[in-house]
Amino acid sequence: MIEVKNLVKKYGDHVAVDHLTFTVEKGQIYGFLGPNGAGKSTTMNIMTGYIGATEGEVLIDGHDILKDAQEAKKCIGYLPEIPPVYPDMTVEEYLHFSAQLKGVKKSEQEAQIERVMKMTEVEDVAGRLIKNLSKGYRQRVGLAHAIMGFPPIIILDEPTVGLDPKQIIEIRQLIRELSKEHTIILSSHILSEISEICDYVMIIAHGKLIASDTTQNLTKMMQGQNIYNFLVKGEKDQVRQALEQIGGIEKIDINPYREENIVDVTVECSVEPAHDGRDVSADEESVKTTRRDYREEIFYALAHAECPMMASAKYVSLEDIFLELTEETDAQNINKKEKRRFLLKRPKAEEVQDNGSDL
Amino acid sequence: MAAIYKKEVRSYFTSMIGCVFIAFALVIIGLYFFANNLYGGYPYFGYSLSATIAVFMILIPILTMKSMADDRRQKTDQMLLTAPVTTWQIIFAKYLAMVTVFLVPVCVMLFYPLIMAAYGTISYAMAYASIFGFALMGFLGIAVGMFISSLTESQVISAVLTFLILFASYMAESIADMIPSTAWVSMAAFIILILAVALIVHSMTQSTLLGGGVAVIGVAVILILYFMDSTSFQGAFGDLISSLSLTGHFYNFASGIIDIPGIIYYLSGSFLFIFLADQAVEKRRWC
Repeated sequence: MIEVKNLVKKYGDHVAVDHLTFTVEKGQIYGFLGPNGAGKSTTMNIMTGYIGATEGEVLIDGHDILKDAQEAKKCIGYLPEIPPVYPDMTVEEYLHFSAQLKGVKKSEQEAQIERVMKMTEVEDVAGRLIKNLSKGYRQRVGLAHAIMGFPPIIILDEPTVGLDPKQIIEIRQLIRELSKEHTIILSSHILSEISEICDYVMIIAHGKLIASDTTQNLTKMMQGQNIYNFLVKGEKDQVRQALEQIGGIEKIDINPYREENIVDVTVECSVEPAHDGRDVSADEESVKTTRRDYREEIFYALAHAECPMMASAKYVSLEDIFLELTEETDAQNINKKEKRRFLLKRPKAEEVQDNGSDL
Repeated sequence: MAAIYKKEVRSYFTSMIGCVFIAFALVIIGLYFFANNLYGGYPYFGYSLSATIAVFMILIPILTMKSMADDRRQKTDQMLLTAPVTTWQIIFAKYLAMVTVFLVPVCVMLFYPLIMAAYGTISYAMAYASIFGFALMGFLGIAVGMFISSLTESQVISAVLTFLILFASYMAESIADMIPSTAWVSMAAFIILILAVALIVHSMTQSTLLGGGVAVIGVAVILILYFMDSTSFQGAFGDLISSLSLTGHFYNFASGIIDIPGIIYYLSGSFLFIFLADQAVEKRRWC
């Protein structure tokens, strides 16, 4: 459906997109995930033909976005970061313009505008000037423009920004509904959104594609490891001693926490099931079910040493993968083998704030 | 393309710019028409028209200022550029929309010679030739304004710059008259011009070789030409300046001449600036 080959976009010396290559198959929802300034919007702008790439090519359904622009653009509906709406037009006028611009047949225009308005729920504001609409409605009008003409590919740049929770749920439902007949690519820096609606995730940081897999696989990759993270009240050595009693622990990492007397402990345990000795590394599915659960053992060991556990590990989510991967790139030391090993880290206080605004 | 054209024309009338432009144009032309032709009884409509040119130097930038700049500021250019239309179609549709608004007062003008004819004998040919020339001049002015608008995001900058350029071009003949027509002055002026061009080339391409090359070759060619035949340099720079005059050909039309080079001048000039606007939009997509 879409082939992106070796895409590079430079702004002067700044490399916004760095040799990006991926393909998009028909009928799935793809998610671009990345922190602010990762190159998501730039990539989307290049894919839709809004800006040109410094190097590389984009093929939409076999049509080059530059050489065969008209045909390629017919296949795409695009909602940019800021909805491209004309403030001096009413919603209805705007959608008429959108339909004409996209070359929807005259006989079908009325019916299609009605259908699109219904899908995006903008019928109530059809006669109002766009400049008087709230951000949420503008977003929906932009979305209506993107799906106008029902192109096979719909690209949405942060479609749920500025919407209230109820609207977000509605938009997600709409996206799911659309995905039955359309290929959808959406970008977001909100992880829960991506993990909820996308079949496939592409994580981008610093213009590079650093992970791309199905949502399931990415989460499974994490669960394949036995890592626990928790806060314990007690002295460093005391805690270490208590934990060393448990067999099968490979690595204990103890860091000070922002509260006094409390330490942040990360324990990496062997994946082997220990009890029945079955080789499970070959079969990932069974790892999940037969993997030895250390949580109880850790709890009793610490209780025995009179070090109360203050908070336990959070569930390993896409968020951790995301943080881990993007941080690795930040450190500029991406080792390809290391990429698959995610060390679970509780972000430090100041990091929580930084990332918090992002996630 | 029809969609963009319709939308643009409509936007001129919903945003008041179009109405203000037409109203103001009609008031000014009407005033001069009344004062010269009706009250003063002067039988040449072209005379009234040429008096209004200075006002159009202000009106045209108002008409063109938002054409490209506003789309860019509001990011609606993303909608147009990702739609299945070419950049050329977008630009040309916008140009046609502005021409349409401009033609409204021009069409009203078509009735003025008829009104004059009711009170005496006039030369229709002269009157309509001048209106024709006026329309052509307007087309070129609009193309210049659209090009300037495509360079900036700010409507104000666009309007002020367009006004300055149109005004300079309006004054071109008077300026040319003040330049000494001796050969060596022209030669020196051409050399300064070449150096300026070389500087622009250098700053755009960041290439010392290219900028330097333009300067060296340009200056050498001028010097060689000058020493071969210095008489042809007499008044040459003044001619160059006055050839940039927007109004020069219009005065021919106003005096009843169907000025074929004038038609070519205005149309090819319009085309050049539409092309430049197209290039400006294309260029921005690449850096």
